Amino acid sequence: MSEHLHLSVALDGAGWHPWAWKDARVRPAALFGADYWIEQVATAERGLLDFVTIEDSFALQTGAAFTHDDRTDHVTGRLDAVELAARIAPETTRIGLVPSTDTLQTEPFHLASALATVDFASRGRAGWRVRAGGARESENFGRRETFELTLDWYRTPEGQAQIARQFDEAVDVIEVVRRLWDSWDDDAVIRDVPTGRFFDRDRVHHVNFESSSFSIAGPSITPRPPQGQVVVTALGHATVPYRLAARGADVLFVTPTSTEDAARIVAEVRELEIEVGRTLPPLRIFADLVVLIDATSAAASTRLERWNELDGAAYVSDAFIVAASASELADLLEEWRDAGIEGYRLRPASAHLDLPAIADQLVPELQRRGIFRHEYEGDTLRGHLGLDRPANRYATATAPRSASTAQNTEN
Amino acid sequence: MTEKTGTPAKRQVHLAAGVPGVNHYTVWGDPTAGSQIDFDTFEHVAKTAERGFFDYFFLAEGLRVRERNGQLHELDVAGRPDNLTVLAAVAGVTKHIGLVATASAVFNEPYDLARKLASLDHLSNGRAGWNIVVSADAFTGENFRRGGYLPYDERYDRAGEFVDLSRVLWDSWPENALHSAGADFVSRADVGDYRYSGKYFDTHGQFTVPRSPQGHPVLIQAGDSADGRDFAVRTVDVVFSRHSEPEAGRAFKRDISARAVAIGRDPESIKVIPGASVVLGDTEAEARERAREISFAQVTPQTAIALLQQVWGTDLSGYDPDGPLPAVPTTDGDDVIQGIARRHDDRLATAREWFARAEAENLSIRQLVVAATTRHEFIGTASQIAQQLDEAVQSRAADGYVLSGNVVPHGIDEFVDQVVPILQERGVLRTEYAGATLRETLGLGELPVTTSWAERRAS
Ligand SMILES: Cc1cc2nc3c(=O)[nH]c(=O)nc-3n(C[C@H](O)[C@H](O)[C@H](O)COP(=O)(O)O)c2cc1C
Repeated sequence: MSEHLHLSVALDGAGWHPWAWKDARVRPAALFGADYWIEQVATAERGLLDFVTIEDSFALQTGAAFTHDDRTDHVTGRLDAVELAARIAPETTRIGLVPSTDTLQTEPFHLASALATVDFASRGRAGWRVRAGGARESENFGRRETFELTLDWYRTPEGQAQIARQFDEAVDVIEVVRRLWDSWDDDAVIRDVPTGRFFDRDRVHHVNFESSSFSIAGPSITPRPPQGQVVVTALGHATVPYRLAARGADVLFVTPTSTEDAARIVAEVRELEIEVGRTLPPLRIFADLVVLIDATSAAASTRLERWNELDGAAYVSDAFIVAASASELADLLEEWRDAGIEGYRLRPASAHLDLPAIADQLVPELQRRGIFRHEYEGDTLRGHLGLDRPANRYATATAPRSASTAQNTEN
Repeated sequence: MTEKTGTPAKRQVHLAAGVPGVNHYTVWGDPTAGSQIDFDTFEHVAKTAERGFFDYFFLAEGLRVRERNGQLHELDVAGRPDNLTVLAAVAGVTKHIGLVATASAVFNEPYDLARKLASLDHLSNGRAGWNIVVSADAFTGENFRRGGYLPYDERYDRAGEFVDLSRVLWDSWPENALHSAGADFVSRADVGDYRYSGKYFDTHGQFTVPRSPQGHPVLIQAGDSADGRDFAVRTVDVVFSRHSEPEAGRAFKRDISARAVAIGRDPESIKVIPGASVVLGDTEAEARERAREISFAQVTPQTAIALLQQVWGTDLSGYDPDGPLPAVPTTDGDDVIQGIARRHDDRLATAREWFARAEAENLSIRQLVVAATTRHEFIGTASQIAQQLDEAVQSRAADGYVLSGNVVPHGIDEFVDQVVPILQERGVLRTEYAGATLRETLGLGELPVTTSWAERRAS
């Protein structure tokens, strides 16, 4: 068991606890400038992390389910995550950059070339967190039926069917985006002066994808990205999204609450991989954790309680909340690793306290235990994750048209 | 914004440059030609343009790889990044230059595109621009959810609503919505709230991006029809055009000014910045010889046949590019490359014109296509070119030019090294970026008062 852990951080606002921005005295406008994010990613890169994810949504943040809340004292607003990742790319050299996007309202064709462009701008460090946006997001587009927006409705058979349809569509979007990334062979550009051809059309392919809700001809306007395929990630809390990940993702983020829970989830995901006939390499299963790191767990718990009190509400999360010292957190990461978790996506409660603590306390602790890298070994995200650069599904084994044949047809 | 008083200031030359992505003007076979897609290329051109005090870095858009008869057109450069994404990265390696993305008002949704534009404006500290295009062909539509759904004569109506809704979104956060200190993050609970109801869009919700440094990105438009020109004067800050030669440029600019005056808009508030090709030499003769060589490198033998087919509308692959032209077709064929913006309105008339010219001047197919389709508007020594550009701008042929380097990525290097200093000496090009935003760099005034497309159209 000398396999190294994979470690990543989820960036959102000034951290995941709503009080974090106030505690750090962040100027609200700073969150809408590049420098703030570059600094956070530089900290994560100092900690040799595999990647950062960047949250995004077509709806404003809210504490309430399905509606907008009226609080003016929480971080409100976000920039487009794909652009933010691209903006950070030239300022960093090793760390993976994983923006989130919706898949239901966006154009798959644009997504494919935008994510490939992040991969070009970062020289092979792009990832993608796939989301199926909610009804509140869809209202901004006005081209889909909207549904009654209550938790109760989502629990009805009709609501469940709707969720399943949305995930099926997200799987279709992943599939067509992956095809578009492969629609240019790596050696498609030939610059062959004698035949006057910039590229070889036998090495650029239509994708001709048709699903129940859209069809796309292709090829992409963007050549195959440096990694071949950008790393696809998804967050799941239940069987339906696990199945989505098993069908199309490379990395799955899950939210166990205990070692047993982690083992149960890993077993379920592994079964689903077989059930859906997965052909990609096995999913890298990461656990999401909200973390508060202080000198002692007592100090971290006290901080959490104080912040909850100041905010006027107990912070709740879909992910397990850990208030601990770096070495206690390392214990937990090791324990869950033994249950089959291969990596973690840590959500720092505060980007100003807990992200530096991850880089400067947790990582050295994991290095001492021999379960985390001492330096970056590669410079692509696939490299960090131990994923090979995949073969192109369309690349033809047959020899390209020879120069002389081509000349004959052109003259 | 800082016009000198006293002697009338010389009109300033506005310059832009980009990385050409799809046309046959890019000489990809040149030994110095580099990647069309690696980030280094975009970084180099943008930084070079910024070194030359250009107003903006500009990227065109084509959303489907061109085809003829179902086969990809492989003779021209192809393969390009997503514009707004690569410009966000370019924002990180530049400080002052504007960043203009061509983006379709047909194959995008307003909420998504307006959000990306506002994000770019934040990430570049106010340097974002949007070149609005409305090509709506069904061929390109096959890459999108909606397909090719928009009738040609509705293209500007939908684009008008698209821009309206975008402005509503950009205005949805009050100027000072973000607190600078204190208990609250935002000044009110309804930041970003909006509702829009039109013929093409009926949406509501909250916009997630606070008001950006420029408020609205600079708007640019490149349409040539009467509808397109009317849309431009009612909507945009800058018109991009094909009328690059001084005489045609003056006529176009007069036409735009007249249309502006007719609706009560100050014609000086709208800039006309066409594309142009510049060829430099140590002597004028050398520059002319280079221009000739570039034209023939652009129109390879294979491209000559392809472009002739584009007008003839039939398969001409059996013809010798160095031989005479085929007879003028009697009917308008459809064997053409799809994905090229419509240029020959009456193809048969163009074919007759080309044929007559080839006969009169005794030109081969390739020589004719070079003569008919390539153009280098500014040819000469560095000081001749500086003088030509200065004169063109003073005589209102244009407010400046988007320079297309014929070779990627070094095409504009020598212009910046040799012509820029002379333009600066002549007092027509800035020696530092005075303004912080693209709007200021272009010398545009305050944001226009927002009116709806329906109101603008009726005026
Ligand atoms: C100078 C110029 C540049 C253009 N560049 C693009 C482009 O990069 N992408 C695109 O899709 N359309 C481009 N177009 C097409 C226009 O956006 C517009 O759709 C087309 O000209 C039809 O509109 P019209 O009938 O008003 O001319 C360009 C047009 C002109 C005149």
